[in-house]
Amino acid sequence: MEISGIAAYLVSFFTFVGIYAILALGLNMQWGFTGQFNIGIAGFFAVGAYTSAILTTPESPWHVGGFQHPFLVGVVGAVIASALVGLLIGAITARLRTDYLAIATIGIAETLRLVIANEGWLTNGVRGMSNIDRPFSDFFQAIGLSSAMGSLIVVAAFLAGVYFLVERARQSPWGRVLRAIREDEPATAAAGKNIGRFRLEAFVVGSAIMGLGGALYAHYFGFLSPEAFLPLYGTFLVWVMLIAGGSGNNKGALLGAVVIWTIWSGSEFVMSAGLPEGYTGYAGPLRVILIGVLLQVILITRPEGILPEKAPRAIAKGRRG
Amino acid sequence: MIRIERISKAFGGLQAVRDVSLDVEPGSITGLIGPNGAGKSTLFNIIAGLIPADTGRIYLEGQDITGRRPHRLFHQGLVRTFQVPHEFARMTVRENLMVVPPAQAGENLLQSWFRWEKVRRQESAVRDRAEDVLEFLSLDHLADERAANLSGGQKKLLDLGRTMMTDARAVLLDEPGAGVNRTLLGKISDAIQRLNRERGYTFFLIEHDMDLIAKLCNPVHVMANGGLIASGPMAEIRQNEEVREAYLGGGVSATMGASE
Repeated sequence: MEISGIAAYLVSFFTFVGIYAILALGLNMQWGFTGQFNIGIAGFFAVGAYTSAILTTPESPWHVGGFQHPFLVGVVGAVIASALVGLLIGAITARLRTDYLAIATIGIAETLRLVIANEGWLTNGVRGMSNIDRPFSDFFQAIGLSSAMGSLIVVAAFLAGVYFLVERARQSPWGRVLRAIREDEPATAAAGKNIGRFRLEAFVVGSAIMGLGGALYAHYFGFLSPEAFLPLYGTFLVWVMLIAGGSGNNKGALLGAVVIWTIWSGSEFVMSAGLPEGYTGYAGPLRVILIGVLLQVILITRPEGILPEKAPRAIAKGRRG
Repeated sequence: MIRIERISKAFGGLQAVRDVSLDVEPGSITGLIGPNGAGKSTLFNIIAGLIPADTGRIYLEGQDITGRRPHRLFHQGLVRTFQVPHEFARMTVRENLMVVPPAQAGENLLQSWFRWEKVRRQESAVRDRAEDVLEFLSLDHLADERAANLSGGQKKLLDLGRTMMTDARAVLLDEPGAGVNRTLLGKISDAIQRLNRERGYTFFLIEHDMDLIAKLCNPVHVMANGGLIASGPMAEIRQNEEVREAYLGGGVSATMGASE
């Protein structure tokens, strides 16, 4: 591969890592902090992606829209839409126990995907939506960067912002209550905390972060179809990233995104090069098995992930320092 | 302080609590004893808002609190501990305490994001309070330990410590001495007495350890088969025929005699 090819690959690689890291941070707020078993990440990811796409694309005979709002409006719309979906689902499921929440969320995510696939007037169905512009591509071109490089910079900036907010949330008394709920609900209620309120807030904020990830994905990739929001890509990989990296630990979420995306995308090369003639069709399923086995190994050898959760550094000193 | 008025509760065909009325006087350490299955924990859970009573009312300082949810009772000054310690296992001992204080600005996410200095100032005060409690309970050397790593007795102390992180008025203790060794038991009972004397906490506690009950509680109420069968100072309770009867077969009557 030529240098430019490698560079282009790295840009794409890190853009995906950044988007997945944002999803993993959203999941960390829900699962890592609060213990909410959301296996419908793909649903929020999709809501964010399609909302931003509909808000920003030019008029098309194939789907609703033609609003041509700027990128940032799309992002804000995506965050609001996915937060609203999170609020709706959270309000209904807030009182459900962990395992029931899991069933509810995967059901809703699949429902959303089927709506996207079937409501052609809204999303152009399985044929997908195209012409989604990369963020600030004119600006980046003016300063001599490719639109892909520009996307990477934008994704990195959003990732930094999300990381800052999620980490601050973790260090705050708010995050402390979430972790207490995760550890022991009756005791948290006995300590005067309104568990329903905190769980709903964590769910909504986590969902909004996932929606943001969706918007960034839409604008980087430029094309959306329901395929991209299958549970495998939208949900399963994010879970593996968080668990491998260290759930409850925001640095773990970042590290997990890097490590798992490296293995996931790297395995594509290895398998297409290494599989014997006639077996290349198995590459896809084999990669899934690889990730599944990897998850098992991590759970057995390092159940708390590569970077286990640590108590946040005290944000304030007491008399005794 | 706490008035229990004609509380009854049945689970299916089992009458767990049968028309129980009693008063917990302000400033008292009131005991509740009885053989296993007498309905003590059910009564506690009804007071604490965890399960609804079939009939009857509960009053806290004259206010009807029947069926009020646990987090709301907390804000009215009624807090509780659990029979099995409910520590926040993967949080530090200090964090376990710092969760508790009410009205922390930083419990609002937007304040934590955008009013960080204010949150930090409050946090500093909360931390001081936690350090004081840890010192009071001689747990200060364990402040940064994960609560999961504490011994059973230390977890009981930590549970008690959480009640000290708010301005509680009445505290329900569900078997504060269960599974605690002698040394720690002494510490726990000292802490209860000091909190009662120095801070004016009213305690209402379930306990099986008769020595601890005799040392701490006056009056003592006895439940058996869901009903209240005796009330009074421990010395009187020990002489009560019906109470001895209720404990027969459990082997406790011998213990009760022995500690006289």
